Amino acid sequence: MRITWLLAAAFLVALLAGCGEARVDFHGKDITGVMDDLSFTLTSEDGDTVSEEIVADKAVVLFFGYTHCPDYCPMTLTLLAQAMNTLSDSQREQVRVLFVSVDPERDTPKLLKEYTDYFGPEVIGLTGNKDQLDDVTKRYRTAYGYGDKDEQGNYEVSHGLAMYGFDKSGKVRLLMRNDQPVEQVADDLKALTDL
Amino acid sequence: MWQTLQTALTPYIFSPITVLLCLLAAAGYVLGARRLARQGRAPSMWRTLSFFTGLLLCYVVIHTQFDYYARYMFFMHRIQHLVLHHLGAFLIALANPLPVLAAVAGGRRFPALAAAFAPLRRVLFDPVVATVLFVGLIFFWLWPSVHFDAMLSLRLYELMNWSMLIDGVIFWLVILDPRDPRQARTSRFGVRFLMLVAALFPQILLGAYITFSQPGLYDVYAICGRAWPLSPATDQALGGVLTWIPPAMMTILGALIVFRRYLRDEELQQNQGA
Repeated sequence: MRITWLLAAAFLVALLAGCGEARVDFHGKDITGVMDDLSFTLTSEDGDTVSEEIVADKAVVLFFGYTHCPDYCPMTLTLLAQAMNTLSDSQREQVRVLFVSVDPERDTPKLLKEYTDYFGPEVIGLTGNKDQLDDVTKRYRTAYGYGDKDEQGNYEVSHGLAMYGFDKSGKVRLLMRNDQPVEQVADDLKALTDL
Repeated sequence: MWQTLQTALTPYIFSPITVLLCLLAAAGYVLGARRLARQGRAPSMWRTLSFFTGLLLCYVVIHTQFDYYARYMFFMHRIQHLVLHHLGAFLIALANPLPVLAAVAGGRRFPALAAAFAPLRRVLFDPVVATVLFVGLIFFWLWPSVHFDAMLSLRLYELMNWSMLIDGVIFWLVILDPRDPRQARTSRFGVRFLMLVAALFPQILLGAYITFSQPGLYDVYAICGRAWPLSPATDQALGGVLTWIPPAMMTILGALIVFRRYLRDEELQQNQGA
């Protein structure tokens, strides 16, 4: 029995020891330390190969989707655009939204640019080849897959619905869902820039 | 063909601890079996087959491409846990591997180590504790908020899988122990039967609950994205059925083996009495 208590005590100590980092109260889920820092090699809207350097010193919201997406992607990007609109100019300048398309076959850099411009200048479209996309999706524990093509060649793409928030040093902080109200998303974006 | 096989066998996320523990288990069994063979007490071919089939099944579901699907599809995750907690653990325990693994030490004895682990072993192999842990871990890891965190955090995910496997092996070791309960002072056959009955009904209830609940109980699979576009309702219903029916069948199979052990034990008793 004594061993059980010792184990329980050790577990508690380990739990408490994990609480050293600075905490913020997000409306979304705090995932500080759960995943790796922001890092990727992807293709930009201009067709260039780019890395996380393009958003250095910015708070970042990362979101996976595809431009032919009928529901979640436009909904989520609209939600983010609305939240961004409530920020002051200087706050907005500190935030970038990365929209990573997991459908490179249809989403050319040009199409991505047209699509993201619609949601505001802070939204940056990215895509990549299979290896690059596998790498970044694995890093953030998300998956994507393709449904069968219909007669017109259209197909469904499954992708994660999470928005991942990174602070200005590129550390993962926050997991937001698209059912959060605009004000809460705005609050969380402000909290990210303050970190 | 070779390429496909290679892709299928490549772990989704390489885990050194998984490789190490599986290798240790396999090497320990081979070494122990050889020691025993030299003394003329080699484990039967069936035991060896059972042990390695169980181990291999567990390895496949946690350290090949299967693991990718288990991370991104609820029903595949349920198959993974079915193997870890029921099928694989069952086969490993059925092989009665402890004497073989203990033979690795040869004639050497470690009384201090044995004494240190004795209380822990007594607690974990206690029929009530083993049953509560067995059912409790299923409920714990399927608690929606816990499940959410486990699917996001690599460390929690690994802890989840290994706790299921180790707990499964312990539970089935208690159930399937082939020794005479009076001499080895293990749980009596009636107690084991009750353990199985006690473990059966909560699993049926949970499985039925998941199957018939509104979709979205485990929304982490929507948040993280599914491996292919499958409707959340189908995924959840399939996962529920997999939590419900195959584990119930494994429980019945366990009860049949306990019953067989009981009959053989009775026969031996009568023969000794005669």
